Amino acid sequence: MAQDTAVKLPEQEHHKDEHLWEGGTEPFKTSYGKLMMWYFLLSDAFTFAGFLIAYGALRFSMEAWPIPDFVFSTAPFNIHHAPLIFVTFMTFVLIVSSVTVLRAVQEGKNENEGGVIKWMIATIIGGGIFLGCQAWEWTNLIVQEGTTVFNNPFSTHVEAGKYLTLDEISQIPKTTKVEETIHGKNVVYYQSVVDGTKYFTKADHNGKAPESMDFANGSSYLVTYHDGKYMNAAYKTADGTIKTEPMGPKAFGALFFFITGFHGFHVFSGLVILSVITLNVWSGMYKKRQNGHEMVEKVGLYWHFVDLVWVFVFLAFYLI
Amino acid sequence: MSHGHALPSHEDNMRVVIKGFILLLIITLVEVGIALIGNGHLIHGFHLSKWIMVPVMCLLSFYKAYYIVSEFMHLGHETRGMAMSVVLPTLLLVWGIIAFLWEGDAWRNNRKRVDDKEKLPVNTQPMKEKKTSSLPLDNAYLFRG
Repeated sequence: MAQDTAVKLPEQEHHKDEHLWEGGTEPFKTSYGKLMMWYFLLSDAFTFAGFLIAYGALRFSMEAWPIPDFVFSTAPFNIHHAPLIFVTFMTFVLIVSSVTVLRAVQEGKNENEGGVIKWMIATIIGGGIFLGCQAWEWTNLIVQEGTTVFNNPFSTHVEAGKYLTLDEISQIPKTTKVEETIHGKNVVYYQSVVDGTKYFTKADHNGKAPESMDFANGSSYLVTYHDGKYMNAAYKTADGTIKTEPMGPKAFGALFFFITGFHGFHVFSGLVILSVITLNVWSGMYKKRQNGHEMVEKVGLYWHFVDLVWVFVFLAFYLI
Repeated sequence: MSHGHALPSHEDNMRVVIKGFILLLIITLVEVGIALIGNGHLIHGFHLSKWIMVPVMCLLSFYKAYYIVSEFMHLGHETRGMAMSVVLPTLLLVWGIIAFLWEGDAWRNNRKRVDDKEKLPVNTQPMKEKKTSSLPLDNAYLFRG
């Protein structure tokens, strides 16, 4: 018997790493909490990717699609015709808040509570500005332009044509003249007695006629909207057919509000978590744990991820 | 545990912060610049092809994403196994993007075929007893499901 124990069994050689499974060691040299935050973010990335891929598929399935630098060309303080300027500012705010949260994580590792709180508050302010900007952008799209989940007045022409003057519209057979007060203005249009189609003259939201009545294939347009009414302009194609500007693809509005809304919801959740953790830092909770303010690191990961998603939302909706 | 390692100095920290900030800012401005120049907003009458703009913007965005994940989120400095356990699953998305954009394009072609058929004149004459040749509209319902 004594001889048996002296013999080294070959299996024991292979199992010398077995202690790794007994707990107390970290195979990835990182804490359980941080690793799980990463896997949560991975799953969240798949959710966002699913939405953005759906956006891509629907966009590829349409002949016409709104062009972003035409859609997103308004900013607060009555700024018009400033393509992508406002959203560039929003992106800048998010980059700054990403950098400030990085500073907070660094100060956390140094166990410097004051520094953590300072940079966390800066991050919360940045996130708040971003959400405020998004609220303004949504309000402008819904109230001014009339873009909703169900309707989208932005589109591109799929054929060249020429807008009709009111005189030309009055020549369209089987139509009657209608006068209506829309948004405090007297609007004249002609309505078909056959199918009820309304033929409007082309004008922007302020009632101004376009600079040129001709338009090319692929050019952008916005159907004028006021007081719950879309005023689709009448035009003539090269072969003389008279048509009205169709509304843009509905999917655009639905996808835009859903995807940017889901991202905005992530920003909002981030602000709540950042606030709770800032209070905990202030109370000295993490200093007692002496783990380099790991909770700050975890919320930092989450906040960087929100910025990461914005890179792709920005690409899909505003750049391409 | 991170406690075992020496903490990076304040200078090292600031280097990461400033480099990251400038890099992300410049790439974003370049992207917006390409969008504005390409669509003819900055130089009158000058346009860039979509085939140049879109791939360049995608590449720049992916570089931004790589930088955020690798440096800001520190994944580039974690163990290789951990980094791979996060990065490798996302490769599935390469298939996802190609497959669904392809699919979207197929929807567009089908829709176009239905629209083209609906533009054809409808035969209002009553059918002859014997179907001589099938009308072009006959199989249009196939596309409506």
